Amino acid sequence: MGEVLRHAWIVAKKDLLLEFRSRTALVSATVFTALVLTVFNFGRDPTAVATIDLAPSILWVTFTFAAMLALNRAFQLELENQALEGLLVAPISRTSLYWAKFFANCAFVAVVEAIGLPLFVLFFDVPVGGVLLPLVGVIALATLGFVAVGTLFSAMVIRTRFAELMLPVLLLPFFIPPLIGAVQVTARLLEARPLSEVSGWLRLLAAYDIVFLTLATLLFPSTVME
Amino acid sequence: MVRAEDLRHSYGNVWALDGITFALVPGQTLVLFGPNGAGKTTLLKVLAGLIRPAGGRASVEGGARAVGWISHHSLLYGQLTVRENLLFWAALYDVPRRVSAARAADLLARLGLEDRMDLPVRVLSRGQAQRVSIARALMHDPHVLLLDEPFTGLDLAAAAEFRGLLRELAGGRIIVLATHNVDEGVELATDIAFQSRGRFVHFAPRAGRGPSDIADAYREAVRDG
Amino acid sequence: MTLAQRGRVWTVSGFVLLAAVYVRALAFTPTERNQGLAQKIFYVHVPAAWSAMLAMGLVGLASILYLLLKDARFDRFAAASAEVGTAFSLVMLTTGPIWARPIWGTWWTWDARLTLTLFLFFLFVGYLLLRSAVPEQGLRARYSAVLGICGLVLLPFIHLSVYLFRTLHPQPIVLKPSAPSLPNSMLITLLASFAVFTVLYIGMVMQAYALVAERDAVVA
Repeated sequence: MGEVLRHAWIVAKKDLLLEFRSRTALVSATVFTALVLTVFNFGRDPTAVATIDLAPSILWVTFTFAAMLALNRAFQLELENQALEGLLVAPISRTSLYWAKFFANCAFVAVVEAIGLPLFVLFFDVPVGGVLLPLVGVIALATLGFVAVGTLFSAMVIRTRFAELMLPVLLLPFFIPPLIGAVQVTARLLEARPLSEVSGWLRLLAAYDIVFLTLATLLFPSTVME
Repeated sequence: MVRAEDLRHSYGNVWALDGITFALVPGQTLVLFGPNGAGKTTLLKVLAGLIRPAGGRASVEGGARAVGWISHHSLLYGQLTVRENLLFWAALYDVPRRVSAARAADLLARLGLEDRMDLPVRVLSRGQAQRVSIARALMHDPHVLLLDEPFTGLDLAAAAEFRGLLRELAGGRIIVLATHNVDEGVELATDIAFQSRGRFVHFAPRAGRGPSDIADAYREAVRDG
Repeated sequence: MTLAQRGRVWTVSGFVLLAAVYVRALAFTPTERNQGLAQKIFYVHVPAAWSAMLAMGLVGLASILYLLLKDARFDRFAAASAEVGTAFSLVMLTTGPIWARPIWGTWWTWDARLTLTLFLFFLFVGYLLLRSAVPEQGLRARYSAVLGICGLVLLPFIHLSVYLFRTLHPQPIVLKPSAPSLPNSMLITLLASFAVFTVLYIGMVMQAYALVAERDAVVA
């Protein structure tokens, strides 16, 4: 296990360095997030709907799209000069490779969300002061699930035609359970209700993370190994 | 020691490997000729552990750690510098950092690229990138080198230079080089194989034969096979 | 007889039996008191849902077997089952609203079961799209097997989350989606219909399998 994680970390570190070098993906994902938030502001009738009622949906639809955008590039950067082939020849387990991509994607999405959340608070004047910590917890819980499935699927779609279209079509149904859960919990948090009201949702989110992270770890070798 | 025993693998109804058996010891360089689609890449990928064959067994003494993989793709990250690329790949093979730093400098000096160390790979020429990709494959000092169409995309001068390098590397190592072009690589070979539709239709020591002898034999064997 | 021909025989028999079931449903089964004639659509809708679920279950099972045994027949079966499943889920999605309009007073509602069937349809379509986007046979088989297994695991999560969603936001629906207990005669008609749809599923999968096998042979 230690070796699996060590190798995963080496590859993930390389991914993050690559990301930091070009920054194009990170900047576009962040700008995209800000734009979606802006679109939401104008895509509603301010006299009919109070912001606070829509806020959880706005936050999560935005994060869902941002995550999708981020996931598309995870294996894309291994296609340049066929580096993926080198990774597969190297004496590291496929599990290391999946976890490396999972870590790097989590970090990427986390950065986008870390910029998106304050923007969201600013744009929609949402009172998050008292619930910031649990809110971040929910975001982490839902994001882990998104990224677990998304990393697995992005390994497949890069070698298909129309990869950019294929990923959302395959992935969005899988985002539904964590999305519903995250919206529900966020809504309760913003209404300052106790967390005990949403324990069912939290359990669902956690179960989703565990099940799909395990499943993806088991299935990933089949996507890269003939 | 590299050993293949009755390897079988197919894509749909097409045999890529149809009962291939051979064994190589250090010092041997097997040059594998065959038309596109003959299954050469599949054979190399099986030896490298990239493909689990449908039948038969392949073994490389020392496992994945002993294998160096070179293809016509450089397997390098364009945004990273030459040094970062080399150190990254060495780290995946658990080469200690101090060893890998020294080895990277040494390899690049031998390849005439010592002044390119801190340039991002994307600014290098095709020939330079290919040389770096050789250094990449040698960072963990592999006993076995597997090369898949390494001459593709190289101009004549770069190809000649590359052959010279391979000759230097051959001593004490096992090399398997696959190419579809009979004009390339013959003089590197200690052994020659022709692969057609998943079979070795010819497998023998080179025994002093030159490119034109091989080309004649190849035409005959592949036509008959 | 080839597989395709046998499949056609099964399918035609299925349709004949379906006609028989409908004769029974319309002429010899009592009309449901509250729902009237609209209820008769249930004998298509519910068994179609059953067949679609069966199709998804078997896609998942065949996917697992493919990854374990690497036998192309499992992959072809999964593809055939997904194609047939798409057809059944379409039947289910069209008959549902036709029934719901007079009974629930709305074409569509985000009822747990409805939502589940909608996602079943999305999963089937995604599965077939992925297949069509991967030209190489072995790669396609592995990718679609991975997706098939994930899809099967996803369904309970969708069901659970939609169910939880609904309990938090009850909607003004007067009637429950299904009667708690059916009178015997209706139950027999429904069970007969289940059997008929299973026959239809088998027949169609046989035909689809033959087509998939043919396509694979042409490509290779």
